Amino acid sequence: MATWLGWQIESNWTDPLLFATYSIIKPLAGASILVVMYAVITHGNFSAPMFQWIYVGSALYLYVGSIMTGISWGVVDDRERYRMLKYLYAVPTPFAVYLLGRGVSRFITGSFSVWITILFGVIFLKIRQSPEHFHPALFVVGLVLGLATLASMGLVLGAVVLTLKTHTEQLGDAVAGALYLFSGAAFSIAMLPAWLRPLAYALPLGYWLEVMRRSLLGPPPAQFATFAAWSDGQLLLALLGFAAGYALLAAGTLKVCVHSARERGMLDQVSNF
Amino acid sequence: MTDLSVDVQGLGRIYKTRGSPGSPGREFSALTDVNLQVRRGELFGLLGPNGAGKTTLIKILTTLLSPTSGSALVAGYDVAGESRKVRPRISMVSGGEASGYGLLTVRENLWMFSQFYGIPSGEANRRIEAMLEVLHMSDRLDTKSAELSTGLRQKMNIVRGFLTDPEVLFLDEPTLGLDVGASRDVRAFIREWMKEDPNRTLLLTTHYMVEADELCDRIAIINKGRVLACDTPENLKKRLQGEAIFQLEVTPVPAAAVTSLESLPGLHKVTHHEADGRSRLDLVLEEESALSSVLAHMTGLGIHLLSLTKREPTLEDVFVELVGTSMEEMEHDVSGGA
Repeated sequence: MATWLGWQIESNWTDPLLFATYSIIKPLAGASILVVMYAVITHGNFSAPMFQWIYVGSALYLYVGSIMTGISWGVVDDRERYRMLKYLYAVPTPFAVYLLGRGVSRFITGSFSVWITILFGVIFLKIRQSPEHFHPALFVVGLVLGLATLASMGLVLGAVVLTLKTHTEQLGDAVAGALYLFSGAAFSIAMLPAWLRPLAYALPLGYWLEVMRRSLLGPPPAQFATFAAWSDGQLLLALLGFAAGYALLAAGTLKVCVHSARERGMLDQVSNF
Repeated sequence: MTDLSVDVQGLGRIYKTRGSPGSPGREFSALTDVNLQVRRGELFGLLGPNGAGKTTLIKILTTLLSPTSGSALVAGYDVAGESRKVRPRISMVSGGEASGYGLLTVRENLWMFSQFYGIPSGEANRRIEAMLEVLHMSDRLDTKSAELSTGLRQKMNIVRGFLTDPEVLFLDEPTLGLDVGASRDVRAFIREWMKEDPNRTLLLTTHYMVEADELCDRIAIINKGRVLACDTPENLKKRLQGEAIFQLEVTPVPAAAVTSLESLPGLHKVTHHEADGRSRLDLVLEEESALSSVLAHMTGLGIHLLSLTKREPTLEDVFVELVGTSMEEMEHDVSGGA
């Protein structure tokens, strides 16, 4: 039901034609910036494996922004714009389930962006996948574990937003933007300064993108050798650990933040949205 | 099922504001040692001016806000420790706000909520249509709620509260901002709903005396976070039975004259309203014989009597008796005399 509500909100803000146009143009505009930057740096060497790795990684990273921001934005939207969060909190459906449902609607719209971007790459930028390198099982398991972890991260962010009074609407985008640096989407984690690398290794994003790109494109290029020594199984095990760990973290954070929000009377507060 | 739908013991709530450099944080007590028991099947009213603590109490009882002290049970469950058991048994509507998803139709808004409560879709649609019919909104079923007037949107929200057939329903100022006709519809709807099932309990807050008097089985008068009295409307009014209440219309009365009236022997309370170039004085006298000295004093001050009515005590008189000033004056003071 929360997903249905989220979808109505996401898709009904304009007429269907404009919504479809926006859904296609927005991700392509983002991808174009990356492609132009890459072309300038490499003098248009689009056939290099590194380009495919960067392009697909950045396309998949769109899921991070969609899901994490979707949940936290749901809190802001319901509380401040529609003034409904207090009623939704007081329904019998567990609050975490409701928030995750709002995240699922963003996953659906985010999926349009991800796969339109990839399709654009296949058609116009010669992103090619050798059939022998495609691992459907690895792709499905990696996608499920990664999305579950992203949902937990989104829940953590949504829980924190519950306890904040101002500037909550930008938090999701800000966090997703900051995490891009640590994800290995556009450059290898090994290129980060040594003191920042532990943070990147402590986040699931690098592992997840590695699994997803391996499942679609095969072994990583030399420029992205951070996890070259890891087998697919080891990466999946790490992802499973992250999924479980972040689920526990999300449950704990939500409990603490809801408690705090009830203590401070913030479930129905309206700021300066 | 417990006989007490709401059982509040020694409830307190303190709001803290965070300090800043040069300005220390402050504490504000919204509720102090509140004790209330609402029986199953009762239509109970919380009557008090804006800022009295009514909404804070509703928020605590609906699990949105934690109490600072004391305890509150709703449908037999502790709102602080057993909130998950409380929620399926309650529903809540706040009046005077334009909440709701404007991009959804009236039916979709209501149906969505019914699904969060696990009501089968067909049954939910049946209830939605029946309730909207009673509130004269059947023709708006497929209208997007953004296109509704504030009053119709509020009616839609009221239906949302009733739709799930809660064991205990909380209505916070349900008729705030509604016109006379819509308020009448809502009050009739509330009465009918309560009649349908003797196990339903409804707790409503209001600052409209007539609404509380007309609807409620029992009323708690609340002011500055404290419950001052709790009884049936009739029993509350009986407090003033030994006193004589007169309403006078007179030529304009200066503030100093009101003060001098207050000191007259035999005059228990006086409230003063100005309207249309006239003054209205509500006098609560210890006994009827005190009236002649009051009238003589006013004549001496150059105030001329235009009309005089003896009337039965109202809840407004009870409020004045308990608080020392009328609710209207209190709200006028709170809003800075605006």
